[in-house]
Amino acid sequence: MTYISFLSEYGGRFLDGALVTAEQFVCSLALAVFLAHLAGLLLLSRTMVLKAIAVVYVEFFRGTSLLVQLFWLFYVLPLFGVTLDPFLTGFLAVGLNTGAYGAQLVHGAIKSVPRGQWEAAYALSMSSSKRMLRIIIPQAFVIMLPAWGNLVIELLKSTALVALIAVPDLMFEAKQMNSSTYLSTWTFGTALIIYYVFARFLITPTMRSLERIMARRMGRA
Amino acid sequence: MQWDWQFTVEILPRMLWATVNTLMAAGIGYAIAAVLGLIFAMAQRTRFRSLTVTVREVVEFLRSTPLVLQIFFVYYVGPEYGVSLSPWVAGMIAIGLHYAAYLSEVYRGGIESVSKGQWEACTAINLSPAQAYRRIILPQALPPSVAGMGNYLISIFKDTPMLSVIGVAELMQAANAIGGQNYRYLEPYTIVGLVFLIISLFSAALIRSFENWIRRKLGMY
Amino acid sequence: MQDLSSYPLELTGPDVPMVRFMNVRKTYGDFVVLDDLNLDVAAGEMVTVIGPSGSGKTTVLRMLMTLETINGGVIYVDGKPLTHMPKNGVLVPADAKYLRKARSSIGMCFQHFNLFPHMTALENCMEGPVQVLGLSKKEARERAEELLSMVGMIEKKDQHPARLSGGQQQRVAIARALAMRPKVMLFDEVTSALDPEVIGEVTNVIKDLVTKHNLTMLMVTHQMGFARDISDRICFFFGGKIEEQNTPEELFTNPQKERTQQFLSAVKAAD
Repeated sequence: MTYISFLSEYGGRFLDGALVTAEQFVCSLALAVFLAHLAGLLLLSRTMVLKAIAVVYVEFFRGTSLLVQLFWLFYVLPLFGVTLDPFLTGFLAVGLNTGAYGAQLVHGAIKSVPRGQWEAAYALSMSSSKRMLRIIIPQAFVIMLPAWGNLVIELLKSTALVALIAVPDLMFEAKQMNSSTYLSTWTFGTALIIYYVFARFLITPTMRSLERIMARRMGRA
Repeated sequence: MQWDWQFTVEILPRMLWATVNTLMAAGIGYAIAAVLGLIFAMAQRTRFRSLTVTVREVVEFLRSTPLVLQIFFVYYVGPEYGVSLSPWVAGMIAIGLHYAAYLSEVYRGGIESVSKGQWEACTAINLSPAQAYRRIILPQALPPSVAGMGNYLISIFKDTPMLSVIGVAELMQAANAIGGQNYRYLEPYTIVGLVFLIISLFSAALIRSFENWIRRKLGMY
Repeated sequence: MQDLSSYPLELTGPDVPMVRFMNVRKTYGDFVVLDDLNLDVAAGEMVTVIGPSGSGKTTVLRMLMTLETINGGVIYVDGKPLTHMPKNGVLVPADAKYLRKARSSIGMCFQHFNLFPHMTALENCMEGPVQVLGLSKKEARERAEELLSMVGMIEKKDQHPARLSGGQQQRVAIARALAMRPKVMLFDEVTSALDPEVIGEVTNVIKDLVTKHNLTMLMVTHQMGFARDISDRICFFFGGKIEEQNTPEELFTNPQKERTQQFLSAVKAAD
């Protein structure tokens, strides 16, 4: 069998898997971005309870392993009567995990906006929520974008773990094809290349152009 | 579902033994990554453009594809070419390669943070390039790299559960096995989570103090 | 490729200079830093290079230390080519190995000292002698201690650079360079990064070197009074060329060229 005929026979399954991976990627990214900003802002809160919740969330999801979190959600939660389907469990775990890392980026970026900006907004008698939304967050966003570029790649890689709770993503399909064909180089190799193309030629350029757009909006380019 | 303390005590020895294996896997994987990463970093600093570009691309590839898929690839592809790797060997190669890519970036950052004047001083007292690296540049590149190196040690540790997919007898594998035999997942998975949380938090603190210690030791305040 | 066949493989004769720049040219892209430089420095001579910033004066020293490559001409040190090596009877650009051997007779001190921060003052001075010259630790230590005494830094020998003032760091840097027993010493704006009150401690060390040792020295400085005190000759650089050179007395009291006069009066006005 040549690689070409291998592809024509199994190409559809790679495509199916890649689509599920893309869905997992988009869902978990949305969740992670939301949680990162929520927790990142709570980390700055002066209300101790809110701050404590954010600290526990971040430390817990950063401190335990993603695979452990995934298995816990999938195998342990049902014991308490909460049964989630694999797809939901998958992006929930990946989103929760990545969100904890993202919270640190948000927190760090907001804190690195120069003090003078806070004071200038204060001097204009802006409300604290307006100050945050109109002055601080736009600047923090530009600061943290490059780091998000790396985190989004990590998130893509993390989605491969959902295969282990039988979400039929690219990783899962590759594993299935491998056990039926024993063509390990081709199955796993092709999957690796698809992930690489996704990361290097889709995510990285998107993040770069986002950085450029934001820089231009800030009048820096 | 109730937490069963008797069951917990029963499985604890087995879990602790698996923890030792997990730590060993992380340690060996890290040692490989640390050495290989330095080779990757130095290869990118040579004057041979084709070598530099090739290594750069390999690093990018390793960094942007999922580790779990790389573990499968290394484990299953060997036999196709008549090389049978044990789960341990395959796992260590995969983790070592994957994190070598990350560590090479840490090293590169550290080396580039050493000022140009240091190189010029090396020329002025006529050190050979090898001597300059060994005696002057790398010792100075170390302190700014320690934080990054420590973070990836923790990351490797948290990624070891992925080794369970090819049957390395670490914590996750033990939890899976215990859960399957007793139809009780709550205790094993929760213990795994706790072990990871405790060790991660503990080592993060340890790395911070190590970073301060090494700066003092090198006289760089 | 420039034709190097007219350049001698070695300088011979009764008065071979310690350093000779022969038609040396240095460019960055289209920008000409130094244009056809010809300059001799005799053994034991102290030559100071002055001029406005961007005139190429620091580049002169950096080329001699082989920190910069040159785009034309040849530099000779002690009669032998530095930037080139003889091959089949003609000069060709030097390879790394030749360069390393050739530059061993040159030492340099920098504006920002560039001491090794992870080593004590003593270790800084022992590094070259042990690693490059192959001295034993004991010999290197004796040599380093002697030099640190000379620059008045022996009491601080076990301190790391971060614990030393700028003036103290620069004195250690001078000792470090001297520990390699160079024939030619280069001082590149060694007082420019220093606080005014500590400049004296560095210039005094250099004055000491001039009176007590028979070193060939090339210096770039903005300290006109200091340059006048200790130099045998001053070269005024302008636009990548030597505009005028003379003894300090002549150049400072009776400059011939208009640009020299302008530069000197501007410097005087700033003082």
